[in-house]
Amino acid sequence: MLVARSLSKSYRSGDRTLAVLRDVSFAIPERAFVAIVGPSGSGKTTLLGLLAGLDTPTAGTVVLDGTDLGPLSEDERARLRGEKVGFVFQSFQLIPTLTALENITVPLELRGTRGAAARGRDLLERVGLAERAHHYPSQLSGGEQQRVALARAFANAPRVLFADEPTGNLDSATGERIIELIERLNREEGTTVVLVTHDAALASRAGRVIRLSDGAVVGDSERAA
Amino acid sequence: MSARAIGALAWRDSRTARRRLLLFMSSISIGVAALVAIDGYSANVVRSVREQSRALLGGDLSLGSREAFPPVMDTVLDSLARAGIGVGRTASFASMAVIPRTGGTRLVQVRATSPEVPFYGTIETEPAGRWPLLQRGRNALVDQSLLTELDAHVGDSLALGDARFAIIGVLRNVPGDVGIASALGPRVYIPLRDVAATGLLRFGSRAEYEALLRLPGSASPSGVAATLRNRVAPARIRARTVQDTERNLTEGVQQLDRFLGVVGLVALLLGGIGVASAIHAYLEEKTDTVAVLRCLGATARQVLAIYLLEAGALGLVGAIAGAALGVALQYAMPHVLGDFIPVTVAPRAEPAAIFSGLAVGLWVAVLFALLPLLRVRRISPLQALRRDALASPARRLLLDAPRLAASLALAASVVAIAIARAGSTVRGLAMSLGIGVALLLLWGSALLVSRAARRLVREHWPFVVRQGVANLYRPANQTRAVILALGFGAFLLGTLYLVQRNLLDHLIPGGARGDVQANLAFFDVQQDQAAGVDSIIRATGHPVLQRVPIVPMRIASINGQPVAALMKAHPSWAMRREYRSSWRDTLIASERVTAGRWLSAAHAAGELPEISVEKDVAGELGLQLGDTVTWDVQGVRIPTRVTSLREVTWARFEPNFFVVFSPDALRGAPYTEVLLTRVDDDAARAALQRGVVRRYSNVSSIDLSLIERAVQGILDKVSLAIRFMALFSVATGVLVLLSAVAASRRQRLREGVLLRTLGATRAQIARILLSEYAALGALGSAAGVLLSIAGAWALTRFVFETPFTLAVPALAVIAIGMMALTAAVGFWSSREVYRGTAAGALSA
Repeated sequence: MLVARSLSKSYRSGDRTLAVLRDVSFAIPERAFVAIVGPSGSGKTTLLGLLAGLDTPTAGTVVLDGTDLGPLSEDERARLRGEKVGFVFQSFQLIPTLTALENITVPLELRGTRGAAARGRDLLERVGLAERAHHYPSQLSGGEQQRVALARAFANAPRVLFADEPTGNLDSATGERIIELIERLNREEGTTVVLVTHDAALASRAGRVIRLSDGAVVGDSERAA
Repeated sequence: MSARAIGALAWRDSRTARRRLLLFMSSISIGVAALVAIDGYSANVVRSVREQSRALLGGDLSLGSREAFPPVMDTVLDSLARAGIGVGRTASFASMAVIPRTGGTRLVQVRATSPEVPFYGTIETEPAGRWPLLQRGRNALVDQSLLTELDAHVGDSLALGDARFAIIGVLRNVPGDVGIASALGPRVYIPLRDVAATGLLRFGSRAEYEALLRLPGSASPSGVAATLRNRVAPARIRARTVQDTERNLTEGVQQLDRFLGVVGLVALLLGGIGVASAIHAYLEEKTDTVAVLRCLGATARQVLAIYLLEAGALGLVGAIAGAALGVALQYAMPHVLGDFIPVTVAPRAEPAAIFSGLAVGLWVAVLFALLPLLRVRRISPLQALRRDALASPARRLLLDAPRLAASLALAASVVAIAIARAGSTVRGLAMSLGIGVALLLLWGSALLVSRAARRLVREHWPFVVRQGVANLYRPANQTRAVILALGFGAFLLGTLYLVQRNLLDHLIPGGARGDVQANLAFFDVQQDQAAGVDSIIRATGHPVLQRVPIVPMRIASINGQPVAALMKAHPSWAMRREYRSSWRDTLIASERVTAGRWLSAAHAAGELPEISVEKDVAGELGLQLGDTVTWDVQGVRIPTRVTSLREVTWARFEPNFFVVFSPDALRGAPYTEVLLTRVDDDAARAALQRGVVRRYSNVSSIDLSLIERAVQGILDKVSLAIRFMALFSVATGVLVLLSAVAASRRQRLREGVLLRTLGATRAQIARILLSEYAALGALGSAAGVLLSIAGAWALTRFVFETPFTLAVPALAVIAIGMMALTAAVGFWSSREVYRGTAAGALSA
């Protein structure tokens, strides 16, 4: 489903080159629930950006659902994201000018899918927010916002969901509800989930944990089912 | 924390945002530039008037009359001359000029001068130095336009009435003459002693007679004027001193200054609103910084001081930039307004104007910045820990004393500035009220259209358009401020265009109206010449559309009270003036009776003859229906009774009169006639004019199409000046838009990146942005154009009293232009949003 081959990413800072990722390789099969963990500065977020095609690697390749991202242009990658990828962010990243329902339908609208509103309402119901459809993000609590973001992530029935510290800004009870939702969607929809976190408890919910340290993979363990 | 520390913190805090803050503050630059340019120019003019006032008048004292001076006046002037006072004389009148070589004719303004004139100033000619030669023989100096129109040149001879003059040169600059005046008829200067030879000044001719005096250094012009007024009939002689001229001109310029100043002030206030709005959005970004500063021990006051200092410093830079631009514009003003100003204006920087522009600009910038800045006091240090914690503790506390005080200070400042500019409290209050109402109306319509836009959005519209419109309502949006600023520009442009268009339509009725409109008038036709002129016109195959008799007269008494007594109680131009009245028994198209009954064909025996009086003059004279007015017609007293009042549309080129008599009332009185005809072909019209003037040299003719063109020319120049100001507010609108875009930059970038992450292509984001700015421009121009229709309607209806018609295509051009400008500027300034990649999404 998702393959990383010898991924490296380095930034130039003045006349020095700063290597953030070094030769990272792994393969994630369909329907998997993988956590990428590591301390702050280990390169987790950078890795996530590369896997989702938000950024381009300095060296190496990413193959997403059979498509090599390397030769694609920024707009082609955007279209691919619109079709196959869902995102959940630590800071929710809802569009403040749109209602909960409208936020959910954005990926569908961008693709020009018909029946966006009906699908949006269905998704809102599944995250338990049917009655808040016409509220703006500022009128929702943090947990509610993240549920809307989750519903948005699933709007286009993505093959892969990328979640970047999805519970980082939430209290533990609310965070638990979010992680349960992600688990359920992974189970019911068969969506591959890639979760980035530094929270060991959260990582333990995943079927497989890839550990990063200083830009390199230092551990890759599967939990016995 | 010391003031020095606050300064250092302010300096450092602004580091990342200096350019953006400067952009916010540039919103006020245009307003400051307008004020500096206008005030500087008007100070230049006033200074020049003061320096040139004697040259403007040509002497220390001018005595003028609409008729030849009475013998007693000649005696007085002779005795003055013997006492060593310089006395010069002029006579001015309109006449037909003929170039015998080419046969060309043209109505001209003749100025006949005695050799002493002018006592001050020099009349410049081409070739140079010809003015002194004027009196050497039967010579003439003329405007270049006359030579051009009649295909003549210096050296040709020029016929005025029965006399021929040699054209010895062209007038270049005559002190006191407004450039635009020659549009109504080229000037011709001739020696006064040759006027008699022309035979032009006959019964009923309109002429102005003037005596110019040069007083010895010790004499006060106003004292001499008072003495003279006692010795000659006061009602007939107007005395003007250098001080009067100076005052009149200065007042005129100050009125212009006030009018244009209002536009500048409004531009400044709109800029201020832009500043407030941009600072408000900017603070959304600064919340974290402020919270951290508070955590580290800064008090609310200190934080406020830091940001106020930033705003003030950059406001000053913005004001300085504005003042510099203003001075540059001031040097351009003579090109725009020069034709209206009778003095040569040498532009020079006026420190007072610059300083007051800077002070007003800075003050407005700081006050407008203060309103949103007061909110930083309410940012809690807790927000450094949890962003959404206590984000708004009593955010909109209505009775927040400092906020209230700042708002009041702002209102009071506007009133104070208005009063200072208007030079009187009442006018200043009226002006601030007007500005307040205008801004309120604009604000109201901005609110209205932005609400309506939200409602109008339909589900089935393309996503990018819906998203673009939704962007107008993002948190901390500046939609209303931008609509307001853009709308004011559209409002000024629209109002200006509509008023100008309506006035022109009204003055120059198109041929489509069907009625035969005269385009050629012959006047000063003596009683014994009328039949002859009539037959010349008919012989060329053209109709005589109207023959209008004119009888010159004055008011002798009203309801038995002699004019002299009435003048003492209530001096009025309407009492003193010479009336040129007519008689007829039918109403004409451009008038209607507002009170009483129209004149009966013949008055009943035992009753006084009837007159119909134009309602404004009736008001000035205090006349009511049934009043008795006794007229002095060439020494004969004719008592009459007011039986109707009329409203006259003077703007139509149709001869009309303040007073119309019933047909039998003036039987036997001497009169002249005006004959009207219509000749469509330009050459035939000129030929007919030549034919009449060849036979009757005293008869003047006027080509009304030339007048139409001249009026159009004057209106064009006036509107150029105002359009110049309208462009100021459009420029302010653009700057407010730019700063609004800059203020919400981070949010826009975040949205753009997010959309990219969710799969939006560059083209989709570009279309969203375009929709947003096109919607913004559409709303702004809609608000402005709608208001301009109301404004123009009110102006044409109540000020110019002409009917109003809408010019939809032109308004559409203005609206579309504003929209395109907004879309282009907005799109260009947010290009980094759609150029951005999705890479930033995770770190945001």
